[in-house]
Amino acid sequence: MKGAYPSARYLPLGDTALTVEFGDVINLEVNRKVIALNEAVEKAGITGIAELVPTYRSLLIRYDPAKTSYEQLVSHIKEIEKTLGEKPVEAQTGRLTVPVVYGGDYGPDLKFVAEYHGLAEEQVVKLHSGKEYRVYMIGFVAGFPYLGDVPEEIATPRLETPRLKVPAGSVGIAERQTGIYPCEAPGGWRIIGRTPIKLFDPQWHPPALLKPGDTVRFKPVSEQEFKSIEELVQKGVYKPLFEERPR
Amino acid sequence: MNLLQVLKPGFFTTVQDLGRYGYLKYGVPISGAMDMFSLVAANILVANNPNDACLEITLIGPELQALADTQIAITGGKISVKVNGEDVPMWQTLTVHKGDIISLGKVEGGCRSYLSVRGGINTPVVLGSRSTYVRGKFGGIEGRQLRAGDIIMGFNVSLLNAEYKLPEKLIPQFTGSFKVHVVLGPQADMFTERAVETLLSSQYGVTIESDRMGYRLEGPTIEHKGKAEIISDALLPGAIQVPRNGKPIIIMKDAQTTGGYPKIATAITPDLDMLGQAKPNDIIKFMEITLEEARERFLEYRKRLSGLAEWLIKVA
Repeated sequence: MKGAYPSARYLPLGDTALTVEFGDVINLEVNRKVIALNEAVEKAGITGIAELVPTYRSLLIRYDPAKTSYEQLVSHIKEIEKTLGEKPVEAQTGRLTVPVVYGGDYGPDLKFVAEYHGLAEEQVVKLHSGKEYRVYMIGFVAGFPYLGDVPEEIATPRLETPRLKVPAGSVGIAERQTGIYPCEAPGGWRIIGRTPIKLFDPQWHPPALLKPGDTVRFKPVSEQEFKSIEELVQKGVYKPLFEERPR
Repeated sequence: MNLLQVLKPGFFTTVQDLGRYGYLKYGVPISGAMDMFSLVAANILVANNPNDACLEITLIGPELQALADTQIAITGGKISVKVNGEDVPMWQTLTVHKGDIISLGKVEGGCRSYLSVRGGINTPVVLGSRSTYVRGKFGGIEGRQLRAGDIIMGFNVSLLNAEYKLPEKLIPQFTGSFKVHVVLGPQADMFTERAVETLLSSQYGVTIESDRMGYRLEGPTIEHKGKAEIISDALLPGAIQVPRNGKPIIIMKDAQTTGGYPKIATAITPDLDMLGQAKPNDIIKFMEITLEEARERFLEYRKRLSGLAEWLIKVA
């Protein structure tokens, strides 16, 4: 498979972490391996492991060098990796429906994306909201989900010069990825819409609504609907359309 | 209980402890003190737990008024400290009384100083830590830097009967020139051999684009073998990213948790404290060490931190 390594690479990140890379590519096969290893390592309860960070294509394992060594850890993880098999099955995942107002002030780059591909704005909205996306990882800023894969027809490169401020809730496209800014942050993704819902709250346990392996579907809503949902969110009574489901 | 009132906030003063661990997978950085040794020392000098929350002071110190009798200690980057206009020492327990004015000057050696209060600063614990994460707007005081008028809360604890200091030999000096040990990787193989040599043999200057998120460095260009991007993976403080322009960026405590530039090397944990004291125009030199050596240094560092209280000298 293109971009996936024939066997995982084990690499040190300084004196406190090990990175296990499965490839240098965004695809389901590689990401599934990451998540499967993440779950297996979590279950194994290995001494000295401090935390795990699954990404698109690698698993970061932060450890306490006072409790284990890099070599010891690598040999433990290699044992676990052997048991995973070629096509790991994923555990329980959830599906979130995200209401979005597309275009206008909410999505200042929708026009550009449409023109870039010679499409009408409505077609871009239809394509973007017409499929289910996988959460590949959470990163960048607290609770930011990296979603894919965006249909080829609307995949658009990042801005040449990133914006200094992208408002919270903004929904953006970068090549074949799409994502949601949970808080105001600088950013170079093409912003096509905005959601009123909250994806992250430090008071929640866990603090992020989504985890890698979950799926997201965008639902176009009117400005009116956006505002009424926003009000519920602000009052703290909005219930996200989140469905737990076994695979 | 109300402990201190902020009269002047200083340049950038935040509440920090040793950091927020276990939430990287949700995109939440570790945050915490940029110089952990100095934070722990400040806590030890007022008989706190090593992880208690302190003020982290950047470049220009605040002016504070005591709202109750308490004890404080100031450590880290060299800074002038006055209580009611009179000079008082750093790295020592100081007893202050209700109404006293504590004025801190400019940080003159290093970049960041730490002020502890007896019992620790009392702000809500968010995801296991009191550290301020400004971009996420949480932790510390309302997730932001201090402002004039803020009240710093403490805990109702009894004051110590004695005052302490640390021996001179334990007090770090920051000269503006830093030797930082690194372990190569994780993506050192994406750079030419010459690039690795360049990194390890050149001096790099800290630029003005440097803060709690990371330091952009200026110096000889580091050349990628081929592409200058990777599919984003996870970062930790100390990681040295090199974007397309070949100028390294060192990731620090409030950085984003994932990134798409290859990492040529990673600074070791014990040297992050020193790095936390680097300011614009300071010079950094990188030295490669093996993982085995890095582990030995880590264990020594851990021992130094956990044994700090044994070094206290009674002064009054």
